[in-house]
Amino acid sequence: MEPATKTETLDIEGMTCASCASAVEKSLSRAPGVQSAMVNFATEKATVHYLPGQASPATLKEAVVNAGYSVMERAPDTSAAERSDEIDRQKALAYQKLKRRFWVAAGLALIIMPLSMLMLWPALMARVNMPLLNYALLLLTLPVLAYSGREFYVSAWNGFKHRSANMDTLIAVGTGAAFLYSLAATVVPDFFTSRGLMPEVYYDTTATIIALILLGKVLELRAKTQTSAAMRSLIGLQAKTARVVRPDGQEVDVPIAQVQLGDIVLVRPGEKVATDGRITAGQSAVDEAMLTGESLPVEKKTGDPVFGATLNKTGSFRFEVTKVGADTMLSQIVKLVEDAQGSRAPIQRLADKVSAIFVPTVVVIAILTFVLWFDLAPADTRLPLALVNFVAVLIIACPCALGLATPTAIMVSTGKGAEHGVLIRNAEALEKAYQVNTVLLDKTGTITKGEPAVTDFLAPGQDGPRLLQLVAALERQSEHPLAEAVVRHADAQGSSSLTATGFRAVEGKGAAATVEGQAVLIGNRRLLSDAGIDLSPELTAQAEELLGQAKTVLYVAVAGQAVALLGVADTVRDTSVAAIKELQALGIEVVMMTGDNPQTAAQVAGQVGITRYFAEVLPADKAGKVKELQAEGRIVAMVGDGINDAPALAQADIGLAIGSGTDVAMEAAGITLMRSDLHGVVTAIELSRQTIRTIKQNLFFAFVYNSLGIPVAAGLLYPFFGILLSPMLAAAAMALSSVSVLTNSLRLRSFNNH
Amino acid sequence: MDTSQIIVTIVGLGLAAFVVWYFFFSARQTASAVSSSSGVQEVDITVKGGYSPDIIEVERGKPVQLSFYRDEENSCSEELLMPDFSIRRDLPAFKTTLVELLPEKAGTFTFTCGMGMLRGSLVVK
Repeated sequence: MEPATKTETLDIEGMTCASCASAVEKSLSRAPGVQSAMVNFATEKATVHYLPGQASPATLKEAVVNAGYSVMERAPDTSAAERSDEIDRQKALAYQKLKRRFWVAAGLALIIMPLSMLMLWPALMARVNMPLLNYALLLLTLPVLAYSGREFYVSAWNGFKHRSANMDTLIAVGTGAAFLYSLAATVVPDFFTSRGLMPEVYYDTTATIIALILLGKVLELRAKTQTSAAMRSLIGLQAKTARVVRPDGQEVDVPIAQVQLGDIVLVRPGEKVATDGRITAGQSAVDEAMLTGESLPVEKKTGDPVFGATLNKTGSFRFEVTKVGADTMLSQIVKLVEDAQGSRAPIQRLADKVSAIFVPTVVVIAILTFVLWFDLAPADTRLPLALVNFVAVLIIACPCALGLATPTAIMVSTGKGAEHGVLIRNAEALEKAYQVNTVLLDKTGTITKGEPAVTDFLAPGQDGPRLLQLVAALERQSEHPLAEAVVRHADAQGSSSLTATGFRAVEGKGAAATVEGQAVLIGNRRLLSDAGIDLSPELTAQAEELLGQAKTVLYVAVAGQAVALLGVADTVRDTSVAAIKELQALGIEVVMMTGDNPQTAAQVAGQVGITRYFAEVLPADKAGKVKELQAEGRIVAMVGDGINDAPALAQADIGLAIGSGTDVAMEAAGITLMRSDLHGVVTAIELSRQTIRTIKQNLFFAFVYNSLGIPVAAGLLYPFFGILLSPMLAAAAMALSSVSVLTNSLRLRSFNNH
Repeated sequence: MDTSQIIVTIVGLGLAAFVVWYFFFSARQTASAVSSSSGVQEVDITVKGGYSPDIIEVERGKPVQLSFYRDEENSCSEELLMPDFSIRRDLPAFKTTLVELLPEKAGTFTFTCGMGMLRGSLVVK
C-alpha cells in the first residue's frame, strides 16, 4: 500500500499560455512531498496529489508563487457547489434559446397548417395557383428547418461522423426526407405528374414535427431542472460567511472559504453554523433538520459537535473549527448524493442494452417499412404511403423515454432521501432496499437509545461506595458503552478516582484490571464462569430478579470473589414501537439481535412487538446471524450503528447505518440514516419501494410505447383496419412520451413520510 | 414487380445493411492515454455528437484525468455518466470539464450521455 495521499485543487492565476501551465506543473512536481501535479491551462486549475506530512496547501501555494504565478483563494469546496453557478447560468440560457426556437417553429407551423389544408376545399383549390402556394409553403418552412430545427441536423451529422446515432438522427432523417420530397415536388412537379403521381408536399408535416419535438424538449428541460432541485437546495444550505474570533478577541466576518482549521467561530441565535466544529463555550439548541431530518432542535453544550449549515436557535456559542470545505458533513452528504445520482441501477441494464442499439435498429426498420410499402401498395399511391410511414416510424420511436426512465427517478429519490435524512449510497442500494422482506435490528442503539444507565447497584454485605470506586477505576479505561454508564453512575455518586493497571478487555464478555493490588473483574456471567468464579445464592437470586426486569446485569468480582451486581438498563426509544409496527405493516418481518441474555432480549422484544430475536450474539457472530436469515431465503436489511456491526452491515443484502453512525459503519452501509431512530428505516424502505415502482412503470411505459408505437407507425394495422398513423401524430406521441416519463419520476417529489 | 420496385428494394436493403455495418461493426477510433511527467494518465476528449476518441485505453492503478471539451450546445451531450465510477457531471458548452478517477479493476467501462445515446468506453488494461 502506498501511504495515503491528499488531493488539492488550486486555482492558478496569470497563466497566459500552455507553456505557463507546464512551468507551474514543473514547479509543483518538484515541491517536497508532491507525488503528482497536473495543471490544466483551459480551466486554470492545478490538481496536486501530495503526502500530507511533507507538504500542505501553503507549501503548494509557495511553489506556484515561485514559478511566478499566483493562487486564487478558494474553498476546497464541494465540486458540485462550485460548478453549479456556471452550469445553472448556461442552462437558463439554453432554455431561453430553446423556447425561442420552439415559438418560431410553432408560429410558422400555425400558418403552414391551414395553408396546406386548402386542398380540403376543392372550390378554393381551383382558384389557387398550386405551384405558387407550394413555393410560399417552402419559404415558410425554411426558417423552421434552418433555425428551429438546425440543431437536429447538426447533431445528427456530428453523431454520424462518430458512428453514433441518437434521437436527433431519427428526427433529422424523418423531417429531412419529408422536406426533400416536398422540395422535389415543388421544384420539379412535372417529374411526378409525368409518372402519374400527384406532386404532394409535406411542409406541414415537417414544420409540425419540429414544433412538437421542440415542445417536448422545452417541457423536458423544465422538468429535468426539477429533478435536481433537492440537490441544489442542499448545496444552497452552505453558509457564506463566518464570524471568526481572532486571538486578540476581535470579531471579523470572513468568507467561508478563508476559515481555517482551529479558528474560533462565534454563532449568535438565529444564525447558521458556518462549518463543522466543536463547541468551546456557551450552549444552545441547534436545528439540524436540514442534515438529519430530525425536526426537534438538539441541545448542545461545551464539547458537543456542531455541523455547518445547521441553524442555531436559542443561545450563543463559540466553536472551534474541526472541518472545512469538502470534509464537512454537508459536503459529504452532497458528495454522497451526487455519487448516488451518478450510479447505475441493475434494473436499468436491459434498457441500457436496448438504447445502445435502438436508433440504428429503428432506422433499419424505417427503411424496411419504406421498401415494403413501396413494393406492396398500389402503384399510384405507393411512394407517398411509403414516405409517410417511413417518416412516422422514425419520428415515433423514442429512445429518450428508455434513457430517462431510471436515472430521473433515482435523482429525485436520492435528493428526496437526503431531505429526510436518508442518505442512499447508490442506485443498487435503493433497488436492494426495495426487495427487502426481513429487517434485522441490532437492539442497542437502534431500538434502544444505546446509552445504558446504571439502575441498580447491589453489593450485599460489602462496602458499596468503596467497591464502586474500584469498579469505576477499571471501567474508566474501557470504551464499552456499559462501562461509560458505570463511570457516569460512579461520578454521579461522587466517587473519587483510583488508578487501575493491567487493563484487559475480554471481547463480548467484559474487562479485567488490577486496582489497588486487587484483581477486579466486571462483565457478564460468562466472564466470571470462565474465570472459575461462582455466584453466591443471594447474588444469583438478585441477578435473576434484575434479568426479569429486562436489565443487563454486570457481575463484579474482586480478588476471585463475586461481590456485586450492577443492573443496567437501556431505554427503548420513543419512536421504536411505532416504527416497528409500520415496518410490519409493510409486510416486513422484523427480527432483533442482541448480545444480551435471552431474558433481556425477550423483554425488549415483547415491549416493541417483535416475535423473533437472537440473544447472546457475540459481535463476531452478527454477520453469521445475517447469513442464517439469508439461508432461509430472506432478503435481509441489517440496521446497526457500531463498528462491530460493519461485517454484518456488509453481509446483509442492504445495510442501514443508523444515527451518528461511525464512519466504518457508513462505509459498509448502503444507506445511512442521519436521524437516530427507526423511522428512518421505514422512510428508506418506503422511498425505495416508491422509487422502484416508478422506475418499473417508466420502463414498462417506455418499452410498451416503443414496441406498440413503431409497428403502428409502420402501418401494421393498415391491412386489417385501414389505420395509418400520421407523422404529425407520431411527433406528438413522441414529444409526450419522454415528458410522461419525467413527470412520473417527478411524482416522487411529493414523497412524504409523516 | 416493376423496375422501380426492384431498384427500391435493392437500394433499401443495401442501405439497411450499411446502417447495421456502419453503426455496429465498423472500426472505431481508439486512443491511449498519455502519461504526464507526474504519472497521471491524461486524455483529451471532444464532445460533439459523440465522444472523440470514443475508446480510451488506460493502465490500471494509475490516476486518470479525462478532459472533456464540449464543442456544442446540443442538449444531448450536456450530461456525462460513468456509472461504474459513480460519476455524473454536467458538461458546460464550450468549456473543458475535468473528470478524475482511479481505475482499480481491468475491464471495459462505458460512459454515456445522460440518455445513454452517446457512448464511449474506457478500457482499463
